[in-house]
Amino acid sequence: MTPDGAPVPVGTEELDARGLRCPLPVIHLARLAAGLAPGSAVLVRWTDPAAAHDIPAWARMRGHVVVETRPPGDLTDHGTTLVRLGGDDEGPAPAGADPS
Amino acid sequence: MTSRTYLDAGGRAPLHPAGTQALAAALAEGWADPRRLHSEGRRARALLDGARESLADVLGCRTEEVHLAPQHTASLHAAVEHAVEGRRRFGRRTVLSAVERAAVHAAARFAGSGTEPDVVPVDGRGRVDLDAWRGAVAGPGVALAALQHANGEVGTSQPVAAAHEAATAAGVPLLVDAGASLGHVDVGPHWDLLAADPGDWGAPDGVAVLAVRTRVRAGRVRPEDDDRWFPGRVDVPAAFAAAVTLRAVLEDRAHADTARRQQVARIRAAAAAVPDVEVLGDPVDALPHVLTFSCLYVDGEALTDELDRRGFAVGSGSACTSSTLEPSHVLAAMGALTHGNVRIALPRDLPDDEVDRFCHELPEAVAAVRRVLGVAGL
Repeated sequence: MTPDGAPVPVGTEELDARGLRCPLPVIHLARLAAGLAPGSAVLVRWTDPAAAHDIPAWARMRGHVVVETRPPGDLTDHGTTLVRLGGDDEGPAPAGADPS
Repeated sequence: MTSRTYLDAGGRAPLHPAGTQALAAALAEGWADPRRLHSEGRRARALLDGARESLADVLGCRTEEVHLAPQHTASLHAAVEHAVEGRRRFGRRTVLSAVERAAVHAAARFAGSGTEPDVVPVDGRGRVDLDAWRGAVAGPGVALAALQHANGEVGTSQPVAAAHEAATAAGVPLLVDAGASLGHVDVGPHWDLLAADPGDWGAPDGVAVLAVRTRVRAGRVRPEDDDRWFPGRVDVPAAFAAAVTLRAVLEDRAHADTARRQQVARIRAAAAAVPDVEVLGDPVDALPHVLTFSCLYVDGEALTDELDRRGFAVGSGSACTSSTLEPSHVLAAMGALTHGNVRIALPRDLPDDEVDRFCHELPEAVAAVRRVLGVAGL
């Protein structure tokens, strides 16, 4: 558990995207994810309200899974999103690639 | 200088020639206060009566049911406030879809006086969940339900007939925001209050339309005035121009509908062919002229600027293009990507070659923004 109570599995990478404005949180997350193995977990800390929507949308487009999103609360000034990287194809999908 | 192509007609379409002509004529004839009894006043009154009669005829309601607001936002605020106050005996809760205009959300919270609105979710295309809607309107303490005719940001039509049936069965009046629809599609008879926006159909500014069935009980929310809905004098020339422009666009609607659906289909295909672009909204059951898409790893403001440099005026629902830094609540409710968003609302009579030029330049514009951000291959 982090101080703000978000459950973080052992070995989870963290991305501090606080203060970054859209689309930078998602771009930083994609850069980090490109170097990680399938199944890895990443906890993103963000302050831009668009990140709450855009990280799940990115995950859907890239075949990753959002485990949990926590909005900024009484105890924290930022939100968190926990993503588990999916698929065995961790490289970026080529443009317009057929997912099959 | 690059030629300009205006693709942001939602809510403020380029002025229709019939509207500017009517405005000039009405300014000459109908400048006087229509409440005065002299000849000048009576001439203004005749123009105003004619305008309301014409609007009522289009909407299929009585002339006395047509009220004229100064502006669409004021119209929506008044509709919610009066209708909620009129049913205060039952409660102050409002039921509304998650993708209603911000003005409807704000008015519903305000009129609730502490009772939060019941916000009904939408699916991935932005269409309201009818089962959830039916449950919500049948709940206790509901004063008013509000559902747009179609969404002006993503184009998706709403199931207004079924939503009205459910509201009526529960004894709850339905406000239909037809601000993105009237002038483009048939808005139908399934409403108790209906708001429409002349700016959206190409009429000059200065007036908005709120039709209220006589069966709707309106509470008193303002000091007494001859016009309880919108106090003060109506802008007669603007009202006359709005009615004349609506007639003109409806005469041409079938043609404009076919042409713009074809143009939207071409832009849809061009956008979908750009890597990592999600085209949003219902492709079929939708407004004829609206299309929205979001581009992954793209800054909406940068893309709007890039397209503007290339001669195209487009809208965007991305947070960085709004003053509040909040992304579009419509895109958020749909679970769509909110950054890199481009919102197109085609004006009437746009030449096909301008659509072709947009389709041709769009991929390069997106690529240019992505190059600056260094996101190739992510």
